[in-house]
Amino acid sequence: MTAQPSVAASAAPGAEQAASAPLGSAARFRRYLRRHPSVAIGGGLLVVMALIGIFAPLLGTVDPTAIAPSRRTRVPSELYWFGTDMLGRDIYSRVIYGARVSLLVGFSVAILSSVVGLAIGLFAGFIRWADGVIMRIIDGMMSIPPILLAIALMALTRGSIENVIIAITIAEIPRVARLVRGVVLSLREQPYVEAAVANGARVPRIIWRHILPNTFAPMSVQATYICASAMIVEAILSFIGAGVPPATPSWGNIMAEGRALWQVRPHIILFPAVFLSLTVLAVNLLGDGLRDSLDPRLAKSL
Amino acid sequence: MLAFVVRRIFTTIPVMAFVALFVFSLLYIAPGDPAAIIAGDQASPADVERIRASLGLDRPYLVRFAEWSFRVLQGDLGTSIFTSLPVTQLIAQRIEPTLSLMVLTLIFAVVVAVPMGVVAAWKAGTWIDKSAMAFAVFGFSVPVFVVGYLLAWVFALKLDWLPVQGYTPIAQGFWPWLKNLILPSVTLGLVYIALIARITRATMLEVLQQDYVRTAQAKGVSQKDVLFLHSLKNAAVPIVTIIGIGIALLIGGAVVTESVFAIPGLGRLTVDAILRRDYPVIQGVVLMFSMVYVLVNLLIDLTYTLVDPRIRY
Repeated sequence: MTAQPSVAASAAPGAEQAASAPLGSAARFRRYLRRHPSVAIGGGLLVVMALIGIFAPLLGTVDPTAIAPSRRTRVPSELYWFGTDMLGRDIYSRVIYGARVSLLVGFSVAILSSVVGLAIGLFAGFIRWADGVIMRIIDGMMSIPPILLAIALMALTRGSIENVIIAITIAEIPRVARLVRGVVLSLREQPYVEAAVANGARVPRIIWRHILPNTFAPMSVQATYICASAMIVEAILSFIGAGVPPATPSWGNIMAEGRALWQVRPHIILFPAVFLSLTVLAVNLLGDGLRDSLDPRLAKSL
Repeated sequence: MLAFVVRRIFTTIPVMAFVALFVFSLLYIAPGDPAAIIAGDQASPADVERIRASLGLDRPYLVRFAEWSFRVLQGDLGTSIFTSLPVTQLIAQRIEPTLSLMVLTLIFAVVVAVPMGVVAAWKAGTWIDKSAMAFAVFGFSVPVFVVGYLLAWVFALKLDWLPVQGYTPIAQGFWPWLKNLILPSVTLGLVYIALIARITRATMLEVLQQDYVRTAQAKGVSQKDVLFLHSLKNAAVPIVTIIGIGIALLIGGAVVTESVFAIPGLGRLTVDAILRRDYPVIQGVVLMFSMVYVLVNLLIDLTYTLVDPRIRY
């Protein structure tokens, strides 16, 4: 659900260039998707996952936290589609509800780190004296491998979805800030920005009219990659016991529970693994497609 | 040249200082009361205060940071809350498996990824290129532990070619050591291969359009020499840079790979420390890995200047 407006919004500039004859917006959107099949496939798959998460209660699921020791570690059957785990919980229900956690973490981290990173990047790009200090701090932060940074933060807080989101966001902010600063520094030298300055435009107006619109394309591509990486990091944190509380149905948690039994009951790990991989693949495809359509020069090389 | 080397080494010092400051500040950035969290749910108020004092949270931030950095500079990373052993000693005990895993992965990934990227660029647009790049997208999307369990299930459990889990020190023989590390290295290497192959292809595509490449081809230099001598050499800087930056991926991935394959390295030390809420150990490991990362990238930068005479700063 959340994916659709962002696809449509970022589709607009690319589609306008492509369409010479006036077309309805629906027709233009269809043409854009035809030209960029990875956006269509990735976006479509992501919408399906989002729908699965939203309508989880209607998809033949039972309570994903209901424990029933009498029917534990069942193999997949007509009754338990994906089998049951060591506490007798229905894995199908847990996997379906797990889509909520993964997508919530992915989207929240992408949005939060974009907003904060944008603010820091703009600040560093415009305020000369702050730039040196901010960039050294960012260099320092980027020298800490993101997963380790998130692990350290999670070791200091209670395991909850909010704290997982905060921890991963802190780890991702420097990447966005650095990207935005780079864009700002190159735009500042553009003749039209100099013209605006010469005309007496104030900094807020220059940022709003000339800088912000130009950060949109690289940032939306970056945001999709951050979303993908956040979903993987969430799964890793939960898998090693530093993520969301164990009872919460998250794909990482289900795999963590399947760890002890993986040699005899590999399906406990298999199902959440397939869902996680497909979702991350969808986001990555969407990101690649957006990058190709927003920056045709890069499309040829990467 | 020497001036550049000295300057480059000096610019690393503030970065390292900020890394240390940031790692130290995590205690203050984390939401909630770290002392209460580390002490656990059953802890008495006295226990919480004891932990708070041992973390130094009862004293002013800057005073505490000064003391802490002074001790770190002397090689003291603190004491584990759970085992009461020095963190440096715990790290030293666990370093061999992790170092082995990472070095092996690095070699494996570079040997696979660079030729893959070169061939993909050479055959750009063909099915070879497309399948190589599809593999790269796949490598980015499938999480490390998924790959790990899949490989272990197929090659260890079903085919029985390699050991399922565990680690043998290299002192007990090269072959047993290698046998245990093959699956973990392939697992850890996948995302790294994806990254390096992509950058190699992108850089090579640019280099292959240069005039000197056309000249070499016109002279009748063999295709292999054009690709690997004339072009790859000129594409080396971005590729080596990404190999250095990607080490962050290796470090993060090692934590997971070690838990999947039951390798008693630094990753397992970290995971065990999380379960015991043994923060000094986590802090020590994070600091050490970050410093190693900064140093490796410094070395890479310095190597450029030696290898590539065009680079003069």
